[in-house]
Amino acid sequence: MKPFFNLLSSLILLPSALLSAADWPQFRGPNASAVSTETKAPGPKLAAAWSIDLPGRGLSSPIVVGDKVFITCSSGPDQANLHVFCFSAADGKKLWERVMKATGRTMAHNKTSVAAPTPCSDGKRVFALYSSNDLFAFDLDGNLLWLRGLTYDYSNASNSLGMSSSPVVLDETLVVQSENDSESIAVGIDVVTGKNRWKKERPKAANWTSAVVYQNVVALQSSKGLTGVNPKTGEIEWDYTDGAGTIPSSAVTQNAIYVPSNGLTALAPERGAASQLWRAAGLKPGTGSPLVIGDSIYVLNGTGVLIKASIANGDEAWKLRLKGPLSGSPVAAGQYIYIVSERGDFQVIDTTAKEGEVIHTIELNDTLLCTPAISNGAIFVRSDKKLWKLQ
Amino acid sequence: MKAALISCLTLSSIAVQAASLSAPLEDIRAVNREGSGNEKATRAWQQLTQADPSTLPEVLAGMNGANPLAENWLRAAVGVIADQAILVKKLPIESVQAFLADTKNSSAPRVVAFDLIQRAQPELAEKITPSLLEDPSSELRRHPVSKLLQAGDEELAQGRKDEATNAYLKAMNSARDEDQIKDLAKKLKDLGKPVDLPKHFGFLMDWKLIAPFTNVERKGFDTEFPPEKEIKLDASYPGKNAEAKWIDFTSKDEYGQIDFNKPFTMLKEVTGYAYTEFDSVEARDAQIRLGCKDGWKVWLNGELLFARDEYHRGAKLDQYKLPVKLKKGKNSILVKCCQNEQTESWTVEWQFQLRVCDDTGTAILAKK
Repeated sequence: MKPFFNLLSSLILLPSALLSAADWPQFRGPNASAVSTETKAPGPKLAAAWSIDLPGRGLSSPIVVGDKVFITCSSGPDQANLHVFCFSAADGKKLWERVMKATGRTMAHNKTSVAAPTPCSDGKRVFALYSSNDLFAFDLDGNLLWLRGLTYDYSNASNSLGMSSSPVVLDETLVVQSENDSESIAVGIDVVTGKNRWKKERPKAANWTSAVVYQNVVALQSSKGLTGVNPKTGEIEWDYTDGAGTIPSSAVTQNAIYVPSNGLTALAPERGAASQLWRAAGLKPGTGSPLVIGDSIYVLNGTGVLIKASIANGDEAWKLRLKGPLSGSPVAAGQYIYIVSERGDFQVIDTTAKEGEVIHTIELNDTLLCTPAISNGAIFVRSDKKLWKLQ
Repeated sequence: MKAALISCLTLSSIAVQAASLSAPLEDIRAVNREGSGNEKATRAWQQLTQADPSTLPEVLAGMNGANPLAENWLRAAVGVIADQAILVKKLPIESVQAFLADTKNSSAPRVVAFDLIQRAQPELAEKITPSLLEDPSSELRRHPVSKLLQAGDEELAQGRKDEATNAYLKAMNSARDEDQIKDLAKKLKDLGKPVDLPKHFGFLMDWKLIAPFTNVERKGFDTEFPPEKEIKLDASYPGKNAEAKWIDFTSKDEYGQIDFNKPFTMLKEVTGYAYTEFDSVEARDAQIRLGCKDGWKVWLNGELLFARDEYHRGAKLDQYKLPVKLKKGKNSILVKCCQNEQTESWTVEWQFQLRVCDDTGTAILAKK
């Protein structure tokens, strides 16, 4: 197995020197690739190590930095109470909790919630964003470093269905998308002061996708396409304008981005150009985002079928129907893909089986819409009520 | 002598603490939009969180009149101080309770004060709860309203309908949150005591409507049609495929929906206006609260309050809360409501609901 992990390590670079390979610092982990970079993989035979009750709703993913798990939720009649929790990854003990109040609009479709965006970390700080556009920066011990109310700042930056784009942090800059039909923006925020380094108008259209990091460029997806911006300046490095999905996000490796666009389109962006490698109309992701393991890409389509295809040309290898319905994105470590269904079926897929195979299922008996996090040989998932560690 | 000295020292200590807190509180209260004041606030927050638990009421008082961003800085500081105080059983419960009881303090820190009491002494919070029934804070009212709802349910389960009705009526009188009001209204209706919901909420039900002006390519949103330049209720204007003229419209909807589709039929790519006058008993602060899933603008006495060009992402009661100053006497309210080109079944609505209330959600009724 070791060469396989070496391959993974070569594909994914950690964005901050303060993070370790075992950390899962944002939505879909290192570089938002959805693939673990650590050598200690969770493997297939998982069971609940611990679970903790949460006081509010949320479909944000947990993130893990060192031995700490961070998670957000929202409570109260309008979900206006915004919680940030820090738990010990080892035993689930609560280390700290902060409760703030939404300053932006908390309206959201019933299926989602105010705690929809996943927090992110640069290894020193945790940045918690909510659908209300409230943004809090804490150090890992829970000291408040700064806060913003992006709807307080920009009064029409909101979506009445709720927003879910998760922030990414790179080059001392937190990149936040607040994209909607009205005042649609992206901002690059100085992680030290919480002030804007830059602010860009974005396409006026609802957008629930999250950015990915590709060769130190932040790739912002929208209905118009995929735009690579310099995190520190906001300058456009390259721009792909052939349209893209507004729910599933892109998959990324060190050499290419696979964007949900006209099915799936593989791009090799470089400064000034986003050249297309191939396009496969049949590889259309549903709600979940694709991921790459080795030389294969895995796409979960809208009917709950996981498709394995070649990253060289998009040719399909096999299809595997999973237990659905599925809202979260798959994640991977080693040869295994992990995904949880809305009905609480946590599924482990062996990608090396000839036709792919679900080799283990854990029934969590709850509604789960989140994307799992992988760290230190364990997996963390959450519902509106609970956080689990599976090991 | 010894007691006097201790007392003196204690007072002196409090004075020092108070003096040392005023600067950090000021720095935090100075934060504003786009991260303004964040650097100073970061340092101030560190100072505040080192404060003795006895200073909690002062930190809470720092939230009085603060903007929502500063409130959050201070809310987090109170949380940290209180975590430590509760751990070592040093929460100054009496002074926190006194802070809660003083309704001159703002709603936000009083809610925090109640939460602290709930955490430290839940039985005391339980005891205080009935006294919050007429509280200026709608958030604090939730607790006693919830208790009355529960009491009513228990009476009903025992077959005591009159007692249940009384509990529900008392709760309804104080309820300000939609979920509790809906629940109570249903229970009271079932018991033969229907609630006048438009009056309870303060929905404006009587309007003059004019349509259809165009909204092709959503350009109507930014186009100044005649009603934005003049209110002449006997005038008519060329509209989109029809003459646009003012008509009377009274909503029959108990949640005050003003539905353009009813008089004008289900048109697409059109703009309508609604006009009404609100006769205020006095000059006062108020809120205009709107729910709408179409593009909209609202003017009060000719001044544009807010404009939003989002279509069919959802609507709810009090979706938008607009602080206003009402004049004594006649106040004109003009609403622009734009329907777009979408044809899906969930894009039919061309409507809004609007109410006038205070900042706690208590209806302000027009002079009759």
